[in-house]
Amino acid sequence: MRTRKILLVLVTLLVSASMMFGGTVTGKVTYTGTPVKMKPIDMSKEPSCAKQHATPVLNETVVAGANNSLDNVVVYISSGAPDDGQVPSQTVTYDQKGCQYIPHVLPMHVNQEFEIRNDDQTSHNIHPLPKVNIEWNKSQPPGTPPIKEKYDKPEFIPVKCNIHPWMHGWFVVLKTNHYDISKNGGSFTLPNLPAGKYTLTAWQEDYGTQTADVTITGTETKEVNFTFKAKAY
Amino acid sequence: MARRRIRSPALTSISRVLIMNSVKTMRFTSVILFTAIVGLLAVSAFIPRASAQDEPVVGPKGPVVIKPMVSHIGNVTGHAESEQAKSDYRRYCAGCHGNYGDGTGENAVWIDPKPRDFTIATFKCRSTPTGTLPTDEDLFNTIARGLDNSNMPPWNTFSKQQRADLVAYIKIFSPRWEKEKAGTPISIPPEPPVTLQSISHGQALFAKLECWKCHGTHGEGNGPSASTLTDSQDNPIRPYNFAAGGDDSRFKCGKTNQDIYKIFMTGLDGTPMPSFADVIQPNDAWDLVHFLRTLQVHRHSKENDVLLAAHGVIPPYVDKSAPQSAAPANNNKAAGGGQ
Repeated sequence: MRTRKILLVLVTLLVSASMMFGGTVTGKVTYTGTPVKMKPIDMSKEPSCAKQHATPVLNETVVAGANNSLDNVVVYISSGAPDDGQVPSQTVTYDQKGCQYIPHVLPMHVNQEFEIRNDDQTSHNIHPLPKVNIEWNKSQPPGTPPIKEKYDKPEFIPVKCNIHPWMHGWFVVLKTNHYDISKNGGSFTLPNLPAGKYTLTAWQEDYGTQTADVTITGTETKEVNFTFKAKAY
Repeated sequence: MARRRIRSPALTSISRVLIMNSVKTMRFTSVILFTAIVGLLAVSAFIPRASAQDEPVVGPKGPVVIKPMVSHIGNVTGHAESEQAKSDYRRYCAGCHGNYGDGTGENAVWIDPKPRDFTIATFKCRSTPTGTLPTDEDLFNTIARGLDNSNMPPWNTFSKQQRADLVAYIKIFSPRWEKEKAGTPISIPPEPPVTLQSISHGQALFAKLECWKCHGTHGEGNGPSASTLTDSQDNPIRPYNFAAGGDDSRFKCGKTNQDIYKIFMTGLDGTPMPSFADVIQPNDAWDLVHFLRTLQVHRHSKENDVLLAAHGVIPPYVDKSAPQSAAPANNNKAAGGGQ
């Protein structure tokens, strides 16, 4: 039964992959200047979290790597995407672990379900602060079931836990499925783009947004790079 | 004395003649009486100017668009378009909440906590779940009750109709009121009797749910996270100090046990106080209410009476259903999906 299911999934994957031949945009996100040094977080007020980290974790507002690379930047198609309306059926997960949000930035589609888990031994209150969407604030003690929610308007929503003031994260609600988060040295890839003219937007929580235009004609791979100017403080 | 009044620019020449004549003939006491009447006349001369207040507000954002919003409280229906609502809002509310309802009235800079911004339609005192609009009755009650520890006074001298009209009026400021219905009020089971056991269970919940992180172990608003709290507008905010105040010490959203129940089950939206509706069982919530009352040490209450009878000692909570509830605690992640 199980093997048959896996086979079925594999076949559908292959078929859909062959159908989705399209162009790819790939690139790197970097910065110029000197980004402010991220401070280690003092979790001593929450020993159950502090002991999960051998060395103190750093603030994640700017995740800079080697060769001036920038991680945690959301790159997405802000105009020209053909399938704005398709809401993915899979649920994305936002985890609270070691008094950190994992991932720090969670991109998702408008109306896509996401779940918030608490894998800590302490209570968190999950308090997203939207301006366009609706604000709520829920307590999630250890061992309680995940909170399932969705947002019906595109927005960059800061998330915080009032109990642990160092906890900051983001929900990035987009009206496209063509997005990626820069990682492993600032790299991102947006595959399966049908021919067309697109505007790409890169968003960094502290540095703001940048845009670039790109035209896809067939199955080629285009390179687009973004460079943010680092804020000194 | 009379001469001073006569100089008032509001007096017409006719009344001046009248006064001059009468001053000659009347006795001193009647002069006083008469000047009082003239004074009234002078005041009435200003009334046309006062009614100019009813002209539409035209500021940098243009005129306030008054939509036909309504409110229903019992058999009273409030109308945003009523003259009463318009003049009451301008006279009593706009000073803090602003002509455009955005919480930036001229007094706002001096006020802490800040006046409510009606354009985002986020309200603290609700009977409805977190993230939903309050009921008309919730807003109606807030207006009458005022908000303790803030600059919002109780407007309990207003008639029911006046308050209902104002509830309708504040709905013109946010489009949410046109698109959404108020949330469904949470259901509150009848309150069980206060016992030492319920207080003790409430205390255990207070510890387990980590209420003390902000409110402090004795509810004095001095928990480890208390100093870092900010509201959704990034203004510093203090957790409630249960121990402050005397016999009349109230909670922000009312003074009955039901009101406390609602506060933690619905959360105070726009503040760090979250909703516990998904994590506290209804009857457990009553136990928590009973314990919270004992934190109000200066207040006379049935809870404090029960505690006093036990010489002020809360026995440690013994969970009688421990074998059943302890098991899921270990594999809660697996059980979570099925719940």
